[in-house]
Amino acid sequence: MRVTVRLFARLRDIAGAAELTRDVAPGSTIGTVWRQLASEYPGLAAYEQAISTAVNADYARMDRVLGDGDEVAFLPPVSGG
Amino acid sequence: MSTPLLAIGPGPLELERIAASLASSAGQAAGVDGAVVTFLGLVRDHNLGRRVRYLEYEAYEPLALKAFERIASEIATRWPDTRLALHHRVGRLAIGDASVAIATRSPHRANAYAACRYAIERVKQIAPIWKREFFDGGDVWIEGATADPDAADARAEAERIACA
Repeated sequence: MRVTVRLFARLRDIAGAAELTRDVAPGSTIGTVWRQLASEYPGLAAYEQAISTAVNADYARMDRVLGDGDEVAFLPPVSGG
Repeated sequence: MSTPLLAIGPGPLELERIAASLASSAGQAAGVDGAVVTFLGLVRDHNLGRRVRYLEYEAYEPLALKAFERIASEIATRWPDTRLALHHRVGRLAIGDASVAIATRSPHRANAYAACRYAIERVKQIAPIWKREFFDGGDVWIEGATADPDAADARAEAERIACA
């Protein structure tokens, strides 16, 4: 199945892309996608304990199981205001 | 066109209109409110010893709006007579520009003040918005809190600050 990945701020800079698509096995979680990305872009790995994650524009935990067509977002620590 | 209570986008912030949007909210009898408190966050020309030239704000906009809705809902629970309007700007902002505008309206000033302070603290905790600071000699993404809207300790801390 295929998911869309959204990256923001510093994470986007590290990967050099705001949006990616990735094919993942059924049963994959947000964490599965994160580990795949972190192996592609080693600079991301340092963010593992600091990121927040979302699926289809709702906050979700790393163990959330994904469905085909889901949009997964990885969010570095926020700094609005 | 009426001004929405909650919004995020590139346009300049109009605090008067945002505050006025609370007056016309449905379900509120005219005349019951005795206080409006507003907050305007501005782009400052210095940060951590650096001379700031300008900022660029980026957001995951659909999730940011949901975060604003969550903050409004938390305020409605904690201060049931108090209502929130909250707008955040994105894109390139010059020194002195407003990045965030908040208005709260209530029968009594104490709740309006507390809810306004609570709202900005929660924006900084849970809204998926980032600022990139361009300063003399470089640029850096500012990274604050790891956003976790369910974290009870962060919410309690925002409430403690609001009610101090």
